[in-house]
Amino acid sequence: MSTIESAISLRGVVKRFGALTAVDGLDLEVPYGTCVGLLGPNGAGKSTTMKALTAQVIADAGEIFILGYRLPGDSKQARAEMGVVPQLDNLDTALTVEQNLLVFSHLYRVAPGARRRAIERALEIANLRERRTAKVEELSGGMRRRLLIARALLHEPRLLLLDEPTVGLDPQVRQELWALIDRLRSEGVSILMSTHYIEEAERLCDTVTIMSHGRAVASGPPQALIREHAGAEALEVYGSPARLAEVESLARQRGWRTRRTGTSVALLRSNGSAALEGERRPANLEDVFVLLTGEEIE
Amino acid sequence: MSLSVSPPASGAPAPTRRRLGRLERAALRGVIVREVVNYSSFWRSSTFSSTVDPTIYLLAFGFGFGSLVSRVAGYRYIDFVGTGIVATTVLFSGCFPAMYGTFVKYSFQHTYDAILAAPVDTEELVTGEALWVAARTGVYGCVPMLVAVVFGLAPSWGMLLVPLIAGLAGFGWAVFGIFIAARSSKIESFSYWQSGLLTPMFLVAGTFFPLTRLPHWAQVLGNFNPLFHCVQLVRHVVFGRESLADLGHLAFLIVFALVAWRLAIRFMERKLIL
Repeated sequence: MSTIESAISLRGVVKRFGALTAVDGLDLEVPYGTCVGLLGPNGAGKSTTMKALTAQVIADAGEIFILGYRLPGDSKQARAEMGVVPQLDNLDTALTVEQNLLVFSHLYRVAPGARRRAIERALEIANLRERRTAKVEELSGGMRRRLLIARALLHEPRLLLLDEPTVGLDPQVRQELWALIDRLRSEGVSILMSTHYIEEAERLCDTVTIMSHGRAVASGPPQALIREHAGAEALEVYGSPARLAEVESLARQRGWRTRRTGTSVALLRSNGSAALEGERRPANLEDVFVLLTGEEIE
Repeated sequence: MSLSVSPPASGAPAPTRRRLGRLERAALRGVIVREVVNYSSFWRSSTFSSTVDPTIYLLAFGFGFGSLVSRVAGYRYIDFVGTGIVATTVLFSGCFPAMYGTFVKYSFQHTYDAILAAPVDTEELVTGEALWVAARTGVYGCVPMLVAVVFGLAPSWGMLLVPLIAGLAGFGWAVFGIFIAARSSKIESFSYWQSGLLTPMFLVAGTFFPLTRLPHWAQVLGNFNPLFHCVQLVRHVVFGRESLADLGHLAFLIVFALVAWRLAIRFMERKLIL
């Protein structure tokens, strides 16, 4: 794939920290105008990958292109044209909402004549106009996250990096942020979002890349990944722990794939032939995730 | 934002469009604006600690010591300490805010993650923050000296150069403070730097007593103390006693600032870029 067609293009990226290989030959593409989700359990290398995109982590091997710029050499140009929403809140808490935006309009080099308008636009996108004079320390968690997104949009970037954008937020606040992210995508902003909320990726992303142990183990549109790896339907069988163990051993004999979901065993690719009592449901991305990474999600 | 993109030759690597340089004014300005806007929320406490501490030293030594000795090294004691105190202020308002500020922004506020995600490099980050501390130090440096004027230090035209000397020394101490913070993984490590290096330097700078009465080895060490050179320069310009030796003092302060600047950038890069 040409680097010109992709907002982000990673090929064979490797990053080691001493004996630990955090990223181990990662390939990743974010075509222009799409939203791509980077899914993976904790320790899969998502955060290291996100840091590599701003050259705060320098890869040991492989190639990284962002908006056509080669990293790390031309990272500064790339950073001038993209916005980053960090996982950790790093707002200046003693300042007001507006002051935070003012500071970053300078850091993102918004032209003096356009600064006022850029700040108003960011306040409008984040729905924070009423709170412009509030200090950050007075804001709720959801408002702070919206301000972080607004701050990343001041210079109208073509690419947005979101690192776990809704971690630790209430469900209703999370949905509010989804609407905001969806709006940006519909306006043509290319988005790469790391997350470990499967539902978030399933709803927002055109394609997802599932990472495990520093590598991409699967990549594609959510529905295609589900069909390919988990089949159309899953059968959830409930019962006592002894019953669940019995079901699992039966599945192994017949070559079906299973996953434990706490109180039940889900049988995948059993194609309805199972002579087992259970609840049928469509297979989902979480099934794929667990099958491929072997790990449950928090 | 629109950029004119010329299509690269087939198989070519990334197109090199505009290349942003090092130490750009736009980036330095952004870093300094962040500092200035934040300063508007804590200037009272910062100004208080940067000026009141040295003033207390001035008064304590001036009254306490000044009652025992009338003249030191050819100066009235109030003149001697009233000019030397500038170096104390430089240390208090240059080095300490840089040390603690850098540590807090790195460890607790994660500010540098946000700044480095914008088009700003570590070199610009360190330089911008140190320039702002230097500017503040240039102003704060004069406050205890002006207090000394109230107690009898005679005003002179040479005093107009003091903010520049304090600003230059302040830049050196700011980047040295950033260097200390970059070398410290825990805030407790600051104790070693403070007790082991900064306190001896603060005392053996010729601020409160001349180095000439100290053992020879201490005098030699004193010559490697940037605060000593700051004290000498300030005293000489205030009393119009400049000599060629002052070029040496000035050169020492410039070299100190340059070396500490590069060290601060190098070790901050190690900390921030993995």
